[in-house]
Amino acid sequence: MPGLTGKDTVLTDYANKLAVLDAPKGRSLTQDALRRLSKNKAAVVSIGIVVLIILVAFIGPFFVPWGYSEVDWTSIRKPPDFDKGHYFGTDQNGRDMLARVLQGTQMSLIVAAVATVVSVTIGVIYGAVSGYFGGRVDALMMRFVDVMYALPYILFVIILVVMFGRNPVLLFVGIGAIEWLTMARIVRGQTLSIKEKEFIEAARASGAKPFAIIMRHIVPNLSGPVVIYATLTIPEIIIAESFLSYLGLGVQEPQTSLGTLISAGAPVAEVLPWMLLGPAVVLVTLLLCLTYIGDGLRDALDPKDR
Amino acid sequence: MSAGEREPILRVRDLSVEFTIGSGGLFGGKKILRAVKGVSFDLYQGETLGIVGESGCGKSTLSRAIIRLLPATAGEAVWLGRDIQKMNSNELLDLRKDIQMIFQDPLASLNPRMTAGDIIAEPLKIHMPNIGKAERAVRVAEMMQKVGLLPSMINKYPHEFSGGQCQRIGIARALITNPKLIICDEAVSALDVSIRAQVVNLLMDLQKELGISLLFISHDIAVVRHIAQRIMVLYFGEVVEIGEAEQVTMDPHHDYTKRLIASVPVPDPKVEMERREERRRLRRAAAKAA
Repeated sequence: MPGLTGKDTVLTDYANKLAVLDAPKGRSLTQDALRRLSKNKAAVVSIGIVVLIILVAFIGPFFVPWGYSEVDWTSIRKPPDFDKGHYFGTDQNGRDMLARVLQGTQMSLIVAAVATVVSVTIGVIYGAVSGYFGGRVDALMMRFVDVMYALPYILFVIILVVMFGRNPVLLFVGIGAIEWLTMARIVRGQTLSIKEKEFIEAARASGAKPFAIIMRHIVPNLSGPVVIYATLTIPEIIIAESFLSYLGLGVQEPQTSLGTLISAGAPVAEVLPWMLLGPAVVLVTLLLCLTYIGDGLRDALDPKDR
Repeated sequence: MSAGEREPILRVRDLSVEFTIGSGGLFGGKKILRAVKGVSFDLYQGETLGIVGESGCGKSTLSRAIIRLLPATAGEAVWLGRDIQKMNSNELLDLRKDIQMIFQDPLASLNPRMTAGDIIAEPLKIHMPNIGKAERAVRVAEMMQKVGLLPSMINKYPHEFSGGQCQRIGIARALITNPKLIICDEAVSALDVSIRAQVVNLLMDLQKELGISLLFISHDIAVVRHIAQRIMVLYFGEVVEIGEAEQVTMDPHHDYTKRLIASVPVPDPKVEMERREERRRLRRAAAKAA
């Protein structure tokens, strides 16, 4: 058909003309929410600080004079010393605390990011499918979630560690595999209310397949609660990782994480306070900021405004 | 338009829809709610059949059973010679292309995360996946013009439109696959009076132009009288009266139809006063009969 009548070129021209005509961009709900978020001072400042922490954690190590596993035999257990380049002091093995805090922050951020992505992906798809199909499928899928909830996750992680050895990747998977349960429940609840809306019925009446309805109509409308819950999951995961590392199930030496650093610093806080202060300040700042961002997002995305 | 000896495009015979509702509790028994009880009617090409009745009388359930969004428990609905209950998934897809729906709540029937253009184009993507992006854009633009929207509104989101405009988007979405039948489920009930007249007239113009059939569901017999050639009155899931619009509204046979017509207000206080008496008389008669 193309070429013979020149229909395609005519149509393309017309379409281009329509495109350049004056089709002003609409204001999407997401843009609305971002505008509201940008008016929230606490959230904006928090986003700035989190971005700063991320940048410093990943770029900083290139500018620090000491490596995170490098031992300085001349200064062991020393307070901050600017001449030698130990800005945060050194630990009992003579390693530079600043380098270790940067590395630990990096590790904690990676764990948080990967585990959040894993939990959001699994949770959203699982919850949306369960909620949309309902009935027996829903009952079965949600009972499985209940069973998983009943498993103590420390036990779950210990079993994983025993079976596959200590491995940071395993830690990501372990934490992600626990965190998606709550996400799935939240998403299922939302899906139950969304699927009763008329636009879902309209899509079904015009012949859309269940999977297309879930992906095109339900998941985009879940973005509010999912984004809010995800930002609140990140601090939870960082704490969980810290806890596991504290128990010695997490990251392995000489690598470190914020949790490991704090657990090493806590017993000596009275004699070597700099070992606790550095990582603790970073962790607390990070958690506070993420909570403020989550709060700001909740206000910005609140559907009651519409 | 007489619907004489032609073959109907939709033939519904003794259609029933039942819901099972649990009475709650561990030992509670199950109840069966019969929403639609043995409804039969024919619908011809280019014709408008109005379905009226109070809320909860099974109008919407009936329409959903016709397009198999709900399973019918008995009877049959035959679309162009094929029983809808027995269609396979390909035939069902064809059916969904031929029968489109317009919904009651203009805003709720549009996905808030999609632009007007995407919403109107969606049935095209489902039913004609092999037409190009350019042609799709052109068809959407043409359809928007046809229903009285500016093509430059293509990138706007539903919340940026008024109720009447949203309903026009819904109409454009229903029309874009060139359907043979459109089911308007309380399509104008949520609009205010002046917008309602505009949308009803738009539907009538489009029908004249495209020769589609309409199944116009409403609780408002005044609107139905205006748009429909034939009217079917439903009461508790049963057809109490069906016939030419003139005859049903001017000379109703069933008591329920009489009461329904008497409930329509007339903008004249004197006439309204007399009609109030008439309504009271009808109510008393109904109470006596019951």
